[in-house]
Amino acid sequence: MVENLAEKRRIFIVLGAFVALGAVTPFLDLFMQSLVTEILVFGILAMSLDLLLGFTGLASLGHAAYFGVASYTTAIIMTKEDWTWTFAAFQWADSLGLGLFYIFIFGLVVALAFAAFFGFLAIRAVGVYFLMITLSLAMVIWGLAYRWSAVTEGDNGINVLGRPSLFGISLESEIPFFYFTLAVFLICLGLMYMFVKSPFGKTLVGIREREERMQMLGYNIWLHKYLAFIIAGVFSGVSGVLWTLFNLFVSPPDIELITSAEALFMVALGGPATLVGPVIGSAIIRSLQQFISIYVERWPLILGAIYIITIMLGRLYGVEGILGLFGKFRKPAASPETPEG
Amino acid sequence: MKRKFITIIAALGIAFSAGFGSAQAAEVRIGFIAPMTGIFAQIGKDMSNGFKMYLAHTKNKMGPLDVKFILEDSTGKPAVNVRKALKLIKRDKVHMFIGGLLASTGYALAPVSNRFKVPYISPVPAADDLTQRKLFKHFLRSGFTSSQNSHPLAEWAYDQGYRNVVTIGADYAFGYETVGGFHKAFEARGGKIVKKIWAKLGTKDFGPYLPQIPKDADAIFTLMVGPMSLAFPKQFRAAGFKMPMLGGVTSADEFILPSMGDEALGYVTASQYSAALTTDKNKAFVKEYQQRYGKMASYYSESCYTTGQWVDLTLKKIGYKPDNTDAFLEAFKTIRINAIRGPVYLDAYGNPVHNSYIRRVTRVKGDRLGLGVKPNSLWNLVIKTYPAVGQFWKWPAKEFLKDPVYSKKFPPCPHCK
Repeated sequence: MVENLAEKRRIFIVLGAFVALGAVTPFLDLFMQSLVTEILVFGILAMSLDLLLGFTGLASLGHAAYFGVASYTTAIIMTKEDWTWTFAAFQWADSLGLGLFYIFIFGLVVALAFAAFFGFLAIRAVGVYFLMITLSLAMVIWGLAYRWSAVTEGDNGINVLGRPSLFGISLESEIPFFYFTLAVFLICLGLMYMFVKSPFGKTLVGIREREERMQMLGYNIWLHKYLAFIIAGVFSGVSGVLWTLFNLFVSPPDIELITSAEALFMVALGGPATLVGPVIGSAIIRSLQQFISIYVERWPLILGAIYIITIMLGRLYGVEGILGLFGKFRKPAASPETPEG
Repeated sequence: MKRKFITIIAALGIAFSAGFGSAQAAEVRIGFIAPMTGIFAQIGKDMSNGFKMYLAHTKNKMGPLDVKFILEDSTGKPAVNVRKALKLIKRDKVHMFIGGLLASTGYALAPVSNRFKVPYISPVPAADDLTQRKLFKHFLRSGFTSSQNSHPLAEWAYDQGYRNVVTIGADYAFGYETVGGFHKAFEARGGKIVKKIWAKLGTKDFGPYLPQIPKDADAIFTLMVGPMSLAFPKQFRAAGFKMPMLGGVTSADEFILPSMGDEALGYVTASQYSAALTTDKNKAFVKEYQQRYGKMASYYSESCYTTGQWVDLTLKKIGYKPDNTDAFLEAFKTIRINAIRGPVYLDAYGNPVHNSYIRRVTRVKGDRLGLGVKPNSLWNLVIKTYPAVGQFWKWPAKEFLKDPVYSKKFPPCPHCK
């Protein structure tokens, strides 16, 4: 499948980096361990958005919606004792050591259902209109979380008291949960990599580059975009489930517009259409939020400056994020075509 | 290969930089979480200033211990509060953390304190259930519950002869609990709540809500927060309503009073604190706060100052051994403070029992009491003091707790039209 030597080397480097991460993390302090875990969780969200933004050329400003429904679903099925059948099913699955599978399946099915429905409404629109529709649909989810307090506890949010164990291994402390997250992350990365390298993924790139031509060649553009949208939504859901398990708490501000916008910035900052780029973006944005705020009172200014620089580099010089910057140094001749919209 | 090398170097760099901040002897590490950016930043500063002022008075010491005060910006969002608390616990190894603003942050932080067995002291988050039906062992409160001051205010309102009262409150938990407390106590005395209106949180235009207010009601009870507090009295009076205004603390607290005009005159609210208290302690506090920070002292700053005092006294009681968490939790509940707000101690559920002041917004000519506050300012002058008010008011705790927590549906409204 992988013929290209440079490609092979790239895979090797990425895997090496994650092996190194897995080896180093246990020696970090507790706070750093949870920061690394958090970066991986949001890395999945950013990668899933990259499927849309980088590979398909669809800028969604509502990607937190599927993240949100999955994280809320997780929290609800784990805590709502008066919803007897879901809670009993969860308890039963948990007693068999399968609680995590139950949560993931449930969360992902709900994320898939919402992505399928919202995608159906949104995919026909292009450019700014697509942006607006996805934004408003995500606000619907936020509104549900905020107002439907019988189920979501409104702005108080839902506290989850503890994580289910995996085959009897407790994930309560940082290290086991970090390795669990890393495993899920690598599975997602692998699946998404295979997805973008598949003929289907190549078609998406074709659609991004020149939609009319692909239409002329007989591809069903709508269906391709729609399926990409759903798949991205499901991976976003994976990230949502992990987020609830990680933070053991969800509340409406977790899933508001800012989360969607941050995911977009992670992709733009790391480099769109690179998959690992958005993970670097996630690492930078999350660490900045956690670290700069310790030292600088007006930390949002610094974050804002980074956003502006990223966008300007992309717009003015065609440098697409950090990985794009690497590319510029390595082969200055090849300048990637900037997709419009 | 080069890039892999860089990755590893970077990872190691992070590892080493993380090694700082390890524990030292003879200090108490206190984490403080408050919004320093975002829409609640000004309140967050009032909170941290209150606590810092206490530390300034003790020269950053509590007995023999040096105080390591670590301030974290919560941006006002519950999830960020949780992450900052984790940072304080795991990285800074704090002995306790203090702060949070909204009731929702209280609900978010309390389980964190339990999970890591680190005491969390809430000076402001007023969620009723944290000291009622959802108790957490490591949760302590030095502030108040949302409904605590509403009960005596209802009593006062009934004594004024008000019988039919309409309520308008912000549509979220703090609103339900504050209005609910008034409702329950008022109807228990024999009054009637004739209409309950819930305004969207952050409402600036009350146009859609004003026509719903029955003109023949004796008074209106409001619970406004932030910009709503400024907008409501103006629009209410402009629409021609003459009825007296009563309110929860945030409807007219010292934090927004300087921004209000004559429309707020006569507003009666209840709180465990008023900057207008004429005790020597409070006069000194208001004066110094004014000099240090150029602002009127508020219940946010008072509560955080008192929390500092409370922690200090607790540590003294346990021989300045902050590592002894269980002893700290026990001792905290036995402290009695003659605080700026008045005498205060915790009940069996870990909630403060203190005076409840009924306060009326009044314009005072000149520089009142010579405290250096801007002349002709609005003050919350205390018109009645209910001493030693607890969260359950006059009901026995057991009986009170049989009811669900105050919400949109509870208490039910039999007289609503």
